[in-house]
Amino acid sequence: MSEALKFFRSAFGYFSRQNDEKKDKQDENERRVFNLAQRNPDIEIRHLNLSIKGTQILKNINLTIPDKKITCIIGPSGCGKTTLLKSINRLLDNTEGVKIEGSVMVDGENIYDSKTEITHIRKKLGLLSQRPTPLPMSIYDNIAFGVRLQGIRKKKELNAIVEKQLKAAGLWEEVQHRLNAPAAALSIGQQQRLCLARGLAVEPQFILGDEATSALDPVSSKHIEKLFMRLREQYGIILVTHTLRQALRIADHVVFMYLGEVIEEGPAEQLFNHPEHELTKQYLSGEFS
Amino acid sequence: MKAKFIQERFFNFLMLLSTFIVIAFLGSILWTIIKYGLPALNWEMITTLPSGGFYIGGEGGVLNAIIGSLYIVGASTILGLVISIPIVFYSNIYLKKNSKIAYFIRLAFDVLYGIPSIVYGAFGFTIMIALGLRTSLLGGIIVITLLIIPIMIRSMDEVASQIPKDLLDATFSLGATRWETIRVVLHQIAPGIATATLLSIGRAIGDAAGVMFTAGFTDSIPTSLNQPAATLPLSIFFQLSSPSPEVRDRAYAAALLLTLIVLVLSISGRLIMRYFSKNKI
Repeated sequence: MSEALKFFRSAFGYFSRQNDEKKDKQDENERRVFNLAQRNPDIEIRHLNLSIKGTQILKNINLTIPDKKITCIIGPSGCGKTTLLKSINRLLDNTEGVKIEGSVMVDGENIYDSKTEITHIRKKLGLLSQRPTPLPMSIYDNIAFGVRLQGIRKKKELNAIVEKQLKAAGLWEEVQHRLNAPAAALSIGQQQRLCLARGLAVEPQFILGDEATSALDPVSSKHIEKLFMRLREQYGIILVTHTLRQALRIADHVVFMYLGEVIEEGPAEQLFNHPEHELTKQYLSGEFS
Repeated sequence: MKAKFIQERFFNFLMLLSTFIVIAFLGSILWTIIKYGLPALNWEMITTLPSGGFYIGGEGGVLNAIIGSLYIVGASTILGLVISIPIVFYSNIYLKKNSKIAYFIRLAFDVLYGIPSIVYGAFGFTIMIALGLRTSLLGGIIVITLLIIPIMIRSMDEVASQIPKDLLDATFSLGATRWETIRVVLHQIAPGIATATLLSIGRAIGDAAGVMFTAGFTDSIPTSLNQPAATLPLSIFFQLSSPSPEVRDRAYAAALLLTLIVLVLSISGRLIMRYFSKNKI
């Protein structure tokens, strides 16, 4: 008798557990909807600590990176600017010995939550690296590649996107007659604009530039800067830059880093004209770089 | 004259000398094969099977060995690529740069690379005895596949490890998974795959020791995987060991054929891969 009772209980327990799970899922969905309703378009970095093989590279970073503005991260070499940038789209996942603590909220999701699926986050953050990295394909396919990954395969749609983004990156005029030529045949400056167009094609929310103009000639570099100025109406842009002048020219918001810490951050005007911290003053006046 | 110019001249000379030695060897090998082989080479040799007394000067050709070699090389090259490309991707893209597993994979293939083909042959032979199999085309294909996998992996790995990290990062930041990244990488390492394939074909088609015990030898063309298969190197070997000079000349003709086949495969392989890697960065 008692055996049967036990069995029924356990069976009932199993079903009620299942119901609980279902309820949990519902709750989670509701939470998600709630999150979507009040999601923050800015990138929020909280208590981010990062070390590689025991060496601490980033120390307790707390930052809010505003949407639809150009944020420049400045600081002397080796201060962790690029690492910070790469930690925003989890590109350090594949690096040996990296330990990360803290959170980075992109579009209302903590990208360092173990449940977060990373590829759709990365897509929200277009990357432009120091040297242009065209994919080993034709100009057309370079842009279509990312779009195809989203499941868009119709030739007509692809054509439209390729044209639109090449125009957005100011490259259409130069390449419209040789879309099937290998991307490697373009000049470095053109390649960088192609990479920009490629990043834009997957409709990111932010563009991350890792010294995106430092390998380019002055003319191309100017070109990219102008593009950034135009693109900030639609995208948030984060630039790591080594040239203070560039930051002066285009930044809306500036973050000054030194030895893995954020020393000072704020609107460009305020930080450049009235720096509060002694180190910032020294850096801006060129005492070290 | 300054010492550094003498130095420069000296090493320049040394380099030229080494290059010349290599070219001279290649030239003399080709010359030997052509000198003895070309007169003996005729249409009958390419298009007919050996008759009963072929190895003592009778009529016939080496079609059995040509077809057998092509079967074995073709099948094992494809099989080898199918097995080794995933390994290369796994150790270069899925695993981290300094991963222990990747280290052991490379170590294992370095060791395998150095094992002579007779050992592969003997290994295959033991297994075939254990399983009660006779010499067969399948056995030859498997042993040759095992023989060329290390070669393929070594040469592809060389290229794959040179893939710029920025390229991978760029692909990842478009929202690609690692699997989707592979499609990009494939374009980049296409020339490596070509080299790997060509090296393997060269090794596979010229290997006698590996197939001796496993594929055996026969005067007919195999029609199923269970039948033994002849190969060109073994055919050359049997003909060269003949006392009749006529048959020995035929051995050179077969060697000439082998060389020509390798040449044709190499050139077409290069052309195909040039097409596929035209977008390489």
